[in-house]
Amino acid sequence: MRTPISYFLLLSGVLFTIGTLGVLVRRNALVIFMSVELQLNAVNLALVTFARQQGNLTGQVLTFFSMVVAAAEVVVGLAIIVSLYRKRQSTDVDDADLLKG
Amino acid sequence: MADLIAFWILAPVSVIAAGGMVLSRKAVHSALWLVVNFFTLSVFFLILGSPFLFVVQIIVYAGAIMVLFLFVIMLLGVGSEIPLTERIKGMRFTAILLGLALIVGLFVAIGIGVGFARETLPDMNAVNQGGNVRALANVLFNKYFFPFELTSVLLIVAAIGAVMHGRRRFSEEETIDAPVDETLTEPAPNGRGAGPPATVAGNGGRSPSEVAPPVPSETGGHP
Repeated sequence: MRTPISYFLLLSGVLFTIGTLGVLVRRNALVIFMSVELQLNAVNLALVTFARQQGNLTGQVLTFFSMVVAAAEVVVGLAIIVSLYRKRQSTDVDDADLLKG
Repeated sequence: MADLIAFWILAPVSVIAAGGMVLSRKAVHSALWLVVNFFTLSVFFLILGSPFLFVVQIIVYAGAIMVLFLFVIMLLGVGSEIPLTERIKGMRFTAILLGLALIVGLFVAIGIGVGFARETLPDMNAVNQGGNVRALANVLFNKYFFPFELTSVLLIVAAIGAVMHGRRRFSEEETIDAPVDETLTEPAPNGRGAGPPATVAGNGGRSPSEVAPPVPSETGGHP
């Protein structure tokens, strides 16, 4: 493999940062959720990269687990967004401010 | 050499897709950009010696999870636009500042920890002896067997949680078959409340053709 291992880590860092910016800036709950997915995938890429660097499969197994957890998280999160939409008729996260003093 | 070319083609695509996901105005466009990003990431998994995760990424993420996202976007309506204006003053500027700080920190950490030079990597073919899937299963079902079993509990809990959240007016329903009674007694305000229950009760011995005629007269008789 001719590609330096750090390139993948840098790409992973860039994608994670873009995901973080999406979470911080956007107001649509669905897009925020997609940004969280992007962050998870960036970390998955870092895990697989470290597995390649170390030459064992633990990182790949951990990525596999992370995908399972992400699938479960998406199911519950989308259900919460749908029930939030039923209550407020909007997916804007700023509309859900019942705890605001 | 091929992996370097693939990296330099796909890495910009991946970053552009991620940027498009964050910047696009409509949620559907965000979802489509995210699919592009997932596909590029799956190719990176292939380059890094994990054909199994390459396939799983496409099936689970680009297939199942994104379909779920698109389904919810469709359900909630794409027309509901959310204004892109700032709620908190200076929110966007602060976010970009924090993002820059994060990326600089990550670059420094990678530079210190791994270094930017090309290093000799361990032979992945020796690790993937007998195929990546077989090697991965060997690790998964021996060393990480208990966490693997725990994920089944997690999936069941997630499924039940999704069903609980997805139910309409959960607190107002008393039993599961409450809506069935509601549909049977619905025509009661029109003055013919006894009609539908009588047909339901009395159609035990009758054929459907005998039960059917009262329905058109009922709908067409009185407004």
